[in-house]
Amino acid sequence: MLELPALGWQSIVIFVVFALSLLIATYCTYAERVIAAFLQDRVGPDRAGPYGLLQPLADAVKMFTKEEFFPGGANKVLFVVGPCLAMITALMSSAVIPFGNTMSFGNNAFFLQGIEVNIGMLWIFGVVSLGVYGVMIGGWASNNKFSLLGAIRAASQNISYELAMGMSLIAVLMISGTLSLREITLQQSVAGEWQMWNIVKQPIGFLIFLVCAFAETNRTPFDLPECETELVGGYHTEYSSMKLGLYLFSEYVNIFVVSAVMSVLYFGGFNFPFQYELRDWFINSQSWELNSAQNLITLLGTVGLFLKIFAFIFFFMWIRWTLPRFRYDQLMRLGWTILIPLAVFNIVLTGALILFGVI
Amino acid sequence: MHPLFLFLSFVALLSALGVVFAKNPVHSVLFLILTFFSLSGHYLLLNAQFLAAVNIIVYAGAIMVLFLFVIMFLNLNVDTEPHKPALAKVAAAVAGGSLLLILVAALKDVQPTGVPAGTVFNSQIGMVDQLGMKLYTDFLLPFELASVLFLVAMVGAVMLGKREAGERNF
Repeated sequence: MLELPALGWQSIVIFVVFALSLLIATYCTYAERVIAAFLQDRVGPDRAGPYGLLQPLADAVKMFTKEEFFPGGANKVLFVVGPCLAMITALMSSAVIPFGNTMSFGNNAFFLQGIEVNIGMLWIFGVVSLGVYGVMIGGWASNNKFSLLGAIRAASQNISYELAMGMSLIAVLMISGTLSLREITLQQSVAGEWQMWNIVKQPIGFLIFLVCAFAETNRTPFDLPECETELVGGYHTEYSSMKLGLYLFSEYVNIFVVSAVMSVLYFGGFNFPFQYELRDWFINSQSWELNSAQNLITLLGTVGLFLKIFAFIFFFMWIRWTLPRFRYDQLMRLGWTILIPLAVFNIVLTGALILFGVI
Repeated sequence: MHPLFLFLSFVALLSALGVVFAKNPVHSVLFLILTFFSLSGHYLLLNAQFLAAVNIIVYAGAIMVLFLFVIMFLNLNVDTEPHKPALAKVAAAVAGGSLLLILVAALKDVQPTGVPAGTVFNSQIGMVDQLGMKLYTDFLLPFELASVLFLVAMVGAVMLGKREAGERNF
C-alpha cells in the first residue's frame, strides 16, 4: 500500500506551499511591470494603492469580469481544458521541493516540504514535460492557424530543450547519487565540513539548465510560442477573460517553480553559510534548547531559499527586458547543436572528475 | 482488492476504450495519455516508483506530444477521412481477432499462485538504486548496447540538424 503523507502538519505545509506559489505568482505580475519600468526608465504602475501594490488585484477583477468568448468552430471542451491543464501542471511540481529543513516540536518532527519522495527530481522533470499539453491543447482547440502554429512551436521547443535539461540533471545526479531533492540539498552543506554548493561542481550543467529553463517556461528570449510579431498572440490568440489569465498566471507559477528547482539543485536550497556555527552559538552562548535553535535555523534557511528564488525571478525578468527574441531556427540550432553536445560533454567531464576524485 | 487498484483499472480500461471509440483522433491521443497515467498509478501500487516516473516522462511527456503534434498537423476529422475499402476493414478485423485469440489462449491457463512460501518482501525492490544495481551487474551488456544505440540516434539527430556548407536560411 502507498504511504500517504501524515495529515496534520503535512497538510498545513502543503496548503501553505500552494498559497505561497499563487501569492508569489500574483506579485510576479506586479514585479514584472515594476522591473520593466525600472529598466526602461519609466514610472510603472503606481495608481492602485500605495506604490501600485493593489495592481494584481485590479487585474484579477478585470480578468474575471471580461466577456467569456468561444471562437467559432472551436472544440469547446478542450478550449476550457487547455488553460486548466496549464495551471494544474504548473502547480503540481512545487509538491516535492524542500522549502525548509526539519521543524521539531517535542518528539514530533516534520519536513517543510509537500511530500518527500525518493524520485523528486524525476517528478519535477515529468511534470515539466507535461506542461506543454496545456499550450498544445489550447492552441489546437482554438481553431485558429496562429494558435495552432504557436502550439506546434511550443511542442517542438519543449521536447528539444527537455533533452538538454534532462542531461544536465544527470550530471547533478552523478555527483549526488540520489534523486531526492531533500537529500541533494542536505549534501550541499555538511556540519563541520567545507562543503560547496553544486554550482561550484556543475557550472556548465547549471548554464545548460538555466537556458533550458527559459525555453521550458516560454520566457523571452525563447517565447516563440506567443511571438506577437509573427503569430498575433501565439497559442492564446483566441483566449479572453480568466482563461487567458490562467495561461499568463501559469507562466509565472512556472517561473517560481523553476527558480526554486535551480536554487535547490545548484545553490544549496535552504542551506546558508555558517548555519551550523550559528546554531551552535545559540546553543552554547545563549543556552537555547537544541530544538528551538534548530527551528530558528530552519526558518532562516527557508527565508534564505526564498531570497534565492526571488533573485532568480528577478533574473528572469531582467533577461526579458534586455534581450530580444531569438529566431525560430536559431532557437532549434542552439538546442540541438550546442546545448545537447555540451550536456553530453558535461556528463563525460563530470564522470572523469568523479573518477579522479576531484569532486 | 485495493480500492485504488480498482479505481485505476476502471480508469485504464475506460480510457483505453475511449482511444478506440473516440471519433476525433485528438481525443484518442488524449485518452491514450490518460491510459498511461493510470498505468503509472499501477506501477506505483506495485512499488515501482522509478518505472512510474519514467513511464510518465517518456510516454506521456515525449512520445504522446509527438503523436499529438503529428495528428494536429494532419487535420484528421470526419469530413476529410477517406472512405476505407471493405477489404481493408475485413483484414483489420481478421488481424485484430487473431490477436485476441492469441491473448485469450495465452491467458486461459494462467493460475494465480500467489507468492511462494518463504519469500521475504523487499520494500526497496522497485527503487532507483536497486534497479541501477541490477542493470549495472546482471544486465550490463544489454544496457550498454542500448545506451550506444541511444547515443548513435542522438548524434544522428544533431548531424541532421547541422547547417550544410553553402546552405542559407534567410
